[in-house]
Amino acid sequence: MLLYAFQRFGLSVVIVMVAVSILTLMLHVVPGDPAVMILGPRATPELIEQTRVAMGLDRPLPVQIVTFFGNILRGDLGQDVFTGRSVSRIVFEQLPYTLILISVSILWAATLGIALGCYSALRRNTWLDTLTGVISVGTISIPAFVMALYSVLVFAVWLRWLPAIGAGEGFWDGIRHLILPSFAIGISWVGYVARIVRASMLEVMGQPHVRMARAYGLPDELITRSHILKIAVQPAVTLIGTGVAHLFSAAVFVEAIFARPGIGALIVQAVNERNYPIVLGAVLVTTGIIVLATLVSDLVIAWLDPRQREEL
Amino acid sequence: MTDLTQSPLPEPSALSRGLRVLAGNRTGMIGFVLVALIIGSAIFAPWIVPYDPAAIMVGPRMAPPSAEHWLGTDNIGRDIFSRVIAGGRIAMLVAAASLTAALSAGLLLGLIAGLGPRWLDNVLLLVFDALRSFPTIVFGLAVVTIIGPSLFTVMLVVAITSIPIYARIVRTQTMALKNAEFILAERAMGVGMPRLLFIHVLPNVLGPLLILASMDVPLVIATEAGLSFLGMGVRPPTPSWGVILNDGYNFIRNSPWPVIGGSIPIILVTLGFTFLGEALRDIFDPKLRKAG
Repeated sequence: MLLYAFQRFGLSVVIVMVAVSILTLMLHVVPGDPAVMILGPRATPELIEQTRVAMGLDRPLPVQIVTFFGNILRGDLGQDVFTGRSVSRIVFEQLPYTLILISVSILWAATLGIALGCYSALRRNTWLDTLTGVISVGTISIPAFVMALYSVLVFAVWLRWLPAIGAGEGFWDGIRHLILPSFAIGISWVGYVARIVRASMLEVMGQPHVRMARAYGLPDELITRSHILKIAVQPAVTLIGTGVAHLFSAAVFVEAIFARPGIGALIVQAVNERNYPIVLGAVLVTTGIIVLATLVSDLVIAWLDPRQREEL
Repeated sequence: MTDLTQSPLPEPSALSRGLRVLAGNRTGMIGFVLVALIIGSAIFAPWIVPYDPAAIMVGPRMAPPSAEHWLGTDNIGRDIFSRVIAGGRIAMLVAAASLTAALSAGLLLGLIAGLGPRWLDNVLLLVFDALRSFPTIVFGLAVVTIIGPSLFTVMLVVAITSIPIYARIVRTQTMALKNAEFILAERAMGVGMPRLLFIHVLPNVLGPLLILASMDVPLVIATEAGLSFLGMGVRPPTPSWGVILNDGYNFIRNSPWPVIGGSIPIILVTLGFTFLGEALRDIFDPKLRKAG
């Protein structure tokens, strides 16, 4: 297990490094000078030259990439073009808002999804099973940002139950402001998770080891918990692990629609200002988190199911 | 009794066979009808729209649906129904262009990874994994910062983020086929690589790939609408669904109709392509069902 974890970690580090290289290369392959791009067409040549030197653009490309990697290792993601503040500080100021938003969303969605999927696999063709099926199809077909628009429309504009703008102040107010955004992000995940858990439960239930456990006379509840669910939940873990990327994408929209602070809002603002050190830094940090999430989900699966450890 | 020399009944073509099986699958049929409607309205959009989608009219602003304006009018009096139909054309154009590009590139890279030397395979896999670890929208925003917002940017972003998914599937299939007995037999008979690829590998890989692509259309459309919603994709006044939704969002407290009108097609497209894709998958390739 330890060896497997170590190998997987090494691979993740390499993946992040490749991702960083792709981004930096992309920036340099595109015709046009990044300095001109930032300063706009009316900048004076002296100003452009000054910015180029400040950004290290006057040095050869390989040197730039190596310096960039070195800086990242030291936690330095460069400076904000306009204010000169450290990019990593700006990004990590906004990150907690987004992390709270997506963790709350996926937590309630996964809990409800696993429960619904489990229930509908055990009690097939009951009304709750049918309802779960309908909800799954219905919610999967609505993208998160459309869902966010509808939650604003229904709960904030028509019913006036919940606030639709900002992150709120203080703990309780913060929670009130979190309800609609996390509903908008989470609801389609309830459908995904319920569907996949139901399907894999049904598959595992038919396997010999479950029949065997039943033949031994083990109580139903124990069989479900430790013989079926432990295996059946794996596809859901993978789905959520690889889905963190989608969660970040959804957070970009939800933060824009609910005017919440966060990394998505930061990126959108930086794109509008063409403040590309911030965009790059934010993309790097989110990519790092996503790779980490995939790693964690792989490790959780290896822990649940020793058979998976040998792969790689 | 049985006349062995009698010629067998003509084989029904794959298409008519597929359609007949589809007719027995209720959700598949719904999906097929929705997809046909949407593609049809995208192709014939200029003849369907009752008004010029960009024309600002003197009539009522933010009006609810009526006989003249089926989905109402927006904040500057444009007919939402016409804009929605015209937006469908943009959405389908983006989907068709970017998925074609992603499929071809994914096919090529997947074949290279599957058949090429081991080191090349490893390098490509790393690049695929790295590309997949960017969140689509965030990566899209990064690309917008570099080359600016446009229809082409949207297509490029969608293509780049979809390539790894297709390439990985092609690679897995190619690797499985590489050692299949019929391929080994062909190679033993001295059949060359190009023929092997085109006659034997390609048809086996293409089916699952096309099914996956059809299930990816909703994602592509959500990406296009999403980027345009943020003002980073198709620029106004071009009527993209995302642009319509953004206009609607800005006036959501005055009228719900632009948001409702702009979101209905996105929901219908997603339902249609998902239903159709799932039905096709069940009909042609039951093996894939597990992977979903």
